[in-house]
Amino acid sequence: MTVLAVVEHDRGTITSASLGVLTAARSLAKQMNTKFEALTIGSNADALSEIIAKYGATTVHQAHHSALTDFGPEAWGESVAQIVRKVSPSLVIGTGTERGHEVIAQTAARLNLPASMNCLEFDKGFTGTEPLKVVRARWGGSLLEEAEIDSPIKLVTLANHVVEPTEEPVSASVSVIDVQLDESVTQSFVQDRVERVAGVTLATSPVVVSGGRGVGSAEAFAPLEELAGLLNGVVGCSRAVTNNGWRNHTDQVGQTGTRIAPDVYIACGISGAIQHWVGAMASKNILAINTDAQANIVTKAGYAVIGDLHAVVPAISAEIRRRHNK
Amino acid sequence: MNILVCVKRVPAPGARINITADGQQVDTAFLGFTVSPHEECAVEQAVQLIEKHGGDVTVLTLGPAEAEEQLRTAVSTGATKAVLVPIDTTDWDPQKTSEALAKVIAELETANGKYDLILFGNESADSCGYQVGIRVALKLGRPIVNGAKGLEIESGIATIRRESDAGVEIYKLKTPACVGVKEGINLPRYPTMKGRLASKKVAITQSAMTAETGGLKLITLQRPAERASNTKILGTGPEAASAVVDLLEELGVFK
Repeated sequence: MTVLAVVEHDRGTITSASLGVLTAARSLAKQMNTKFEALTIGSNADALSEIIAKYGATTVHQAHHSALTDFGPEAWGESVAQIVRKVSPSLVIGTGTERGHEVIAQTAARLNLPASMNCLEFDKGFTGTEPLKVVRARWGGSLLEEAEIDSPIKLVTLANHVVEPTEEPVSASVSVIDVQLDESVTQSFVQDRVERVAGVTLATSPVVVSGGRGVGSAEAFAPLEELAGLLNGVVGCSRAVTNNGWRNHTDQVGQTGTRIAPDVYIACGISGAIQHWVGAMASKNILAINTDAQANIVTKAGYAVIGDLHAVVPAISAEIRRRHNK
Repeated sequence: MNILVCVKRVPAPGARINITADGQQVDTAFLGFTVSPHEECAVEQAVQLIEKHGGDVTVLTLGPAEAEEQLRTAVSTGATKAVLVPIDTTDWDPQKTSEALAKVIAELETANGKYDLILFGNESADSCGYQVGIRVALKLGRPIVNGAKGLEIESGIATIRRESDAGVEIYKLKTPACVGVKEGINLPRYPTMKGRLASKKVAITQSAMTAETGGLKLITLQRPAERASNTKILGTGPEAASAVVDLLEELGVFK
């Protein structure tokens, strides 16, 4: 009857998504009146047991194997599957991240169990044995699905940023489990890495100036570049822009691009289709610049200027230069 | 080189997704349909690979009869063969879908030989299950890595480039292998005139298949609570610039 949290880490560094998962797992275990345990993969994550205990797990299972030195989706999934067989939890929760979804899907495939990804809510009356009702995100979060998982062991991932991590320290015991991994799962480890050069990226920049179809061409992004430069921000774009080949996909904000949460998001000539809105909706302040006062983005934004971006954006840059002597 | 690409027919929503009265599906009365974006890129990647190495690209979909439209679209952009696994609803659960796909792929391989690569989208745009490709790969006994933003194949080794918070990760898999592709790996081409003609002529192979119902069941779809919309209009046209800079100063952008 245990709740088992699968901890995501990168070569021994715990991810922020894991802290939300530990917090959610603890409250579910309380609700089910059962034990909360956690699982780390690879001996390079052994030291995480201290952090995990702060979040209330009473046992930390440490999966060990000489091959587990970096991330490998199949080896991680197989390790989780072996520990699930051993521990027989009623609920397994992973992170709602690229790696988290992949590891839980691998685990589910290996155990031939259903899995529900990106869960936002769990049935508050769930006790552990009956089918579990969840609310999960579809369409990148613009549609919700109430679903039921009917299986002896329920596998889920928790949508990211849904649960605020809170600590509740206990002293945890450690159980080392030597997992068996054969060559069918050990070839898909990370073979090489190119570390990101330090600097602001679309995902981390506090200011993003984005352009959509209304910009009209690749060259017409120059005034947006200028404004972003004055605000120490970066330029983003909508899917229409990348589909037209005006900008690289790495600049795309949206469901299939980058999901961002800047302090200020300036959306120029973007209508605000679902695909785009899902990637931008976590922004703290949104300013829409659009000729159409009824555009979806205008009605959803906190602030808007109704007008042609080709005139408005240079005017804003000029005003910034005037006031700030830039 | 033989490549199989699994694609899904999904609605193409604009600004708002409506749900049918029974809460069971997206109301598609006024919507067009498309190939799920990650898979559109998977088709393009496969076509680029056979342009370089020679061979065939087969597209496979499990869906309603109308999904033939998405198979023909894939052929118009360079796929050479198309297989439809018809179902009488819009969607099957991930376990049922993957069991049926694995059985159909096994049949296709018995007839035509093994695919060097089987490509999937990282997740479908509509149900966002993140699992069908992984389940199919395991049933076929092939390795799989998801999230591919780069895919090359050389001397029987597929090299996969994937982005993470820390940078770029490289994976290498011996073929035959499976890969989950993400949008951004390429820019899918538009159909050519030759492609359009081919898409009209291509024979769609129908391959009926059944499978066990899995343990994840949709109960109902809901729209999330709308944020209260109190948009503050700062002005109209370039004259609004001063109000915009006031706001940016207030928000602390220049600190």
